Amino acid sequence: MSTTPIDLPHGAQGAHDAGHGHGDVDPHFQHHFTTMEQQNDTAKIGMWLFLVTEILLFGGLFVGFGLMQGRYPREFVEAHTHLVRWQGSLNTIVLLFSSFTMVMAVDSAKKNKPSKTVWYLVITIICAFVFLFVKYLEYSHKFEEGWYPAKWYRGVGDAIPGSHGYATFFAFYFMMTGLHGIHIVVGIGLLSWILMRARRGEFSSAYYTPVDLVGLYWHIVDMIWIYLFPLYYLIQ
Amino acid sequence: MTTHTETHSAGGHAGKHEHGGPTTYALTLVALLILTGITIGASYIDLGSGNVVVALAIATIKATLVALFFMHLLWDKPVNRIIAVAGFLFLGIFLMFDLIDLDARNYYLPQNVHRTVVPLVPGTAPAPLTEILPNPDEGPTGATPVPGAEAPAASTAPAPAAAAPASEKK
Repeated sequence: MSTTPIDLPHGAQGAHDAGHGHGDVDPHFQHHFTTMEQQNDTAKIGMWLFLVTEILLFGGLFVGFGLMQGRYPREFVEAHTHLVRWQGSLNTIVLLFSSFTMVMAVDSAKKNKPSKTVWYLVITIICAFVFLFVKYLEYSHKFEEGWYPAKWYRGVGDAIPGSHGYATFFAFYFMMTGLHGIHIVVGIGLLSWILMRARRGEFSSAYYTPVDLVGLYWHIVDMIWIYLFPLYYLIQ
Repeated sequence: MTTHTETHSAGGHAGKHEHGGPTTYALTLVALLILTGITIGASYIDLGSGNVVVALAIATIKATLVALFFMHLLWDKPVNRIIAVAGFLFLGIFLMFDLIDLDARNYYLPQNVHRTVVPLVPGTAPAPLTEILPNPDEGPTGATPVPGAEAPAASTAPAPAAAAPASEKK
């Protein structure tokens, strides 16, 4: 026992354990980690730190939105009514459902069911595209009415002096939903990458960290929408 | 010897404790959808400024459900929980100080708002209330620096000129 100063449970000491019959080293195991579990935990901590920066990024925009709402209360409430309620509600349901299919994909990867993982990921990606399609309908309607952000605003109230409120509202609307939309597009890319790896059968109960981390990313995107939806679409 | 048997059990199963699972996730989804319905329904009831409070409270419950069950924070290592909570804590500090600032601003903002008394002539639009005038308190102070402001400008102007030959000599 004194020959092994550090405990190496998961295959890291495969070379020593070859005689015991469970010595095959996981191909995903990187040599600078002590154990596979440590490697996974490290990746997860890193992901959570990144998610916190995401929370603070959107948090700053939410605070700015709140301050501007305090400054232009009348214009903001009026501009809110131009947003289409059912589009926001539909997108909320789609994203919540996709969060469910995502967590099921992680669950099935953990339980050694790669074909199920593939299907859950496919459904998640379809949901993401549905979300973007509804967003496209929303944006094209806004553009037709001239509700562009900031100085490009050509919509209702343009001629009224002090109508910066409308332009400011739509600046925040496009900035926040647009940044969220970019996150959805990035998410589609990540999900497709995970999907391809899952089809190759790379994930198992021993190694499914990428699925887990992309899942965390997808949930934070959903979480941000949970706040965007009532603040933009439901305020009257 | 004991450490060796422990490594066997720890290495054999990635998830030592069975947690989560399809039933838990499905129930979470149902709860999230019900809360979405409640928040849509509540928005039709006029509660004044209470509408925002209700909407944000429900959104926070939903976000907590997502974090605990979908993001596994309920069963995760404490480190990840601390990181997540710290993120929201600092966002809360950020929000709180901005709200204090906004609250204090409202106290003196009406002094800046231009309220012109428009004679009720038919056909004339009432003046907008949100046009911001220069603060009357700053009026005299804003006017007096004008002669004084030229003096520093005049005194600073030769300085670069004096510095320029010095750099040319080099």
